Amino acid sequence: MTLSVKPAGDAAGLQLVDLSTSSVRELNAALHALGPDTNQTFWKVAHPNGRHAIAAGLDAAIDIEIDGPVGYYCAGMNKRGRVVINGNAGVGVGENMMSGFIHVKGDASQSAGATAHGGLLVIDGNASARCGISMKGIDIVVKGSVGHLSAFMGQAGSLVVLGDAGEALGDSLYEAKLFVRGKVAGLGADCIEKKMRDEHKALLASKLDAAGILGEVDIGEFRRYGSARTLYHFHVDNVSSY
Amino acid sequence: MNDLTNTPRTKPRTSATFDEYTLSEIRRAAATGIYDIRGAGAKRKLPHFDDLLFLGASMSRYPLEGYREKCSTEVVLGTRFAKKPIELKIPITIAGMSFGSLSANAKEALGRGASAMGTSTTTGDGGMTNEERGHSTQLVYQYLPSRYGMNPDDLKRADAIEVVVGQGAKPGGGGMLLGQKITERVAGMRTLPVGIDQRSACRHPDWTGPDDLEIKIEELREITDWEKPIYVKVGAARPYYDTALAVKSGADVVVVDGMQGGTAATQEIFIEHVGIPTLAAVRQAVKALQDLGMHRKVQLIVSGGIRNGADVAKALALGADAVAIGTAALVALGDNDPHWQGEYEKLGTTAGAYDDWHEGRDPAGITTQDPALMARLDPVAAGRRLANYLAVLTLECQTIARACGKSHVHNLEPEDLVALTIEAAAMANVPLAGTNWIPGSNGNF
Repeated sequence: MTLSVKPAGDAAGLQLVDLSTSSVRELNAALHALGPDTNQTFWKVAHPNGRHAIAAGLDAAIDIEIDGPVGYYCAGMNKRGRVVINGNAGVGVGENMMSGFIHVKGDASQSAGATAHGGLLVIDGNASARCGISMKGIDIVVKGSVGHLSAFMGQAGSLVVLGDAGEALGDSLYEAKLFVRGKVAGLGADCIEKKMRDEHKALLASKLDAAGILGEVDIGEFRRYGSARTLYHFHVDNVSSY
Repeated sequence: MNDLTNTPRTKPRTSATFDEYTLSEIRRAAATGIYDIRGAGAKRKLPHFDDLLFLGASMSRYPLEGYREKCSTEVVLGTRFAKKPIELKIPITIAGMSFGSLSANAKEALGRGASAMGTSTTTGDGGMTNEERGHSTQLVYQYLPSRYGMNPDDLKRADAIEVVVGQGAKPGGGGMLLGQKITERVAGMRTLPVGIDQRSACRHPDWTGPDDLEIKIEELREITDWEKPIYVKVGAARPYYDTALAVKSGADVVVVDGMQGGTAATQEIFIEHVGIPTLAAVRQAVKALQDLGMHRKVQLIVSGGIRNGADVAKALALGADAVAIGTAALVALGDNDPHWQGEYEKLGTTAGAYDDWHEGRDPAGITTQDPALMARLDPVAAGRRLANYLAVLTLECQTIARACGKSHVHNLEPEDLVALTIEAAAMANVPLAGTNWIPGSNGNF
């Protein structure tokens, strides 16, 4: 099977890939082959049908729009790419992303944005458990709610949740910053609510702005959570937390 | 009234159960309230390759002439799916050890020594350094639960990827690098504050179980355009099933690490009481590959307590394609060298027993981030020592293989081996020496 790429419409550089006739391997190989000066800067992917690793390893400042649901690890390790998913995303969407932008217009499964170092992940619906697990600098904005153990061992970056958060939010948190507008079912070990000062409001506003929803929600409704930093050094008195 | 001074008395008797070490550990635990953490692998006496012997050639088998008839040692890893398999000149690789737990000089020395002998080194938890990449002609990049320093650029400049599920010293355990070793550079690579204790997770954050792992491996292959061999490393616990599931998940290479395999730091109780010995793991892993028709198609690397060419030859004879060394490589660099005896004594230990690698005060400059200590290790000289040691292991392995009549070390086979003990015979599935008895085995495990 060969990659079926159709330059389409009158948009310059628009590439159409139909995954009912092309394979993910062919799509990714074509994306990885793009040179720095490519004029193929806008790709539309049809019929993803939940396939895994779509646009994984992307390293190009291009736009990709995927029409339908994607499987595991969509846009994994993305660098610079702007990926829009018109559907739901499976496990680990944007895992280990370095930079760029991923927009899930549906819901996201577990471990969305896991371990990611940078970039912005916006999820219009809900995200399941472990959203932002071990996050290392990514910004994640979830317009719905997140499941349990979100931001577990989160090291850096921010997680903004417009809905509710599940049990054990921010368990064993390092320096990631968490903002939740709704209810929090429970905080994990060493995660505490912290005062929302002006600099935190400004930080939250900048994340909402990046997600294109500044002004749509009241920043005053959010609460801030972070690390109490009591588990940063092993101590026998904390043994019940280990 | 009895004259007690003239009554014969029994000698003071210490307990075999509460021996000297055990008593000292109870006192230490009572004083501190914290379990003992140390580096290295299991130190207790275990069934091991020493319990096996080669039969050598005799009337029915022709030996090969030493120094004249060739006994090849090359090994190719990753022939199942990878477009660019790794080609090693010797069947001995350097196991994963992190920059962070080891000094930059030690990592450089490992790279120099391995490259000189045409074999690979492996990163560890903490990411890839430029020094390490630069000095290793073939570098395996570990993909660990913490994903510290993980990035697609390093993934693409690696020669192979090793998905770490577990390690022999602590199957099922994560890790803890104490704050003393979290310097600015180490912290920066791991995106953590300087000086804090840093946990390495025990589970991967975005996959659970072999079905997910299959998809994860597919993603890693997609990111690297199916070029890189992908290894799956497991701690020896259930090697038959773990090997089978790694194959099912799409691994090119399976790495099985026995309980003698070292760690930078974990609980002493974990090291000594979880997992199984290397000897017990090899044949189960090989059996899984054979049952699946994948022996030699998916390569097997065995590690944990490999010390000499006989150990290498025995692991290969039992069916491994290569071995990996960690602790022995550090010793070759200079770890636990008697030269530093005075300093070991100041640390309350002795050369040969020093294992507080996590504290960062290694007199030999290997398991430390202290610039003054690190400067003691000359990476060029240490790399030369490692190359020498690897050469000796290879020569020793070839010597045994020739004596068994093999023109390639991979032609060694279980039939060349017998066991000295019933336990070793049962674990290795070879006959007890002088008998044709394989205890407890009718070919099954």
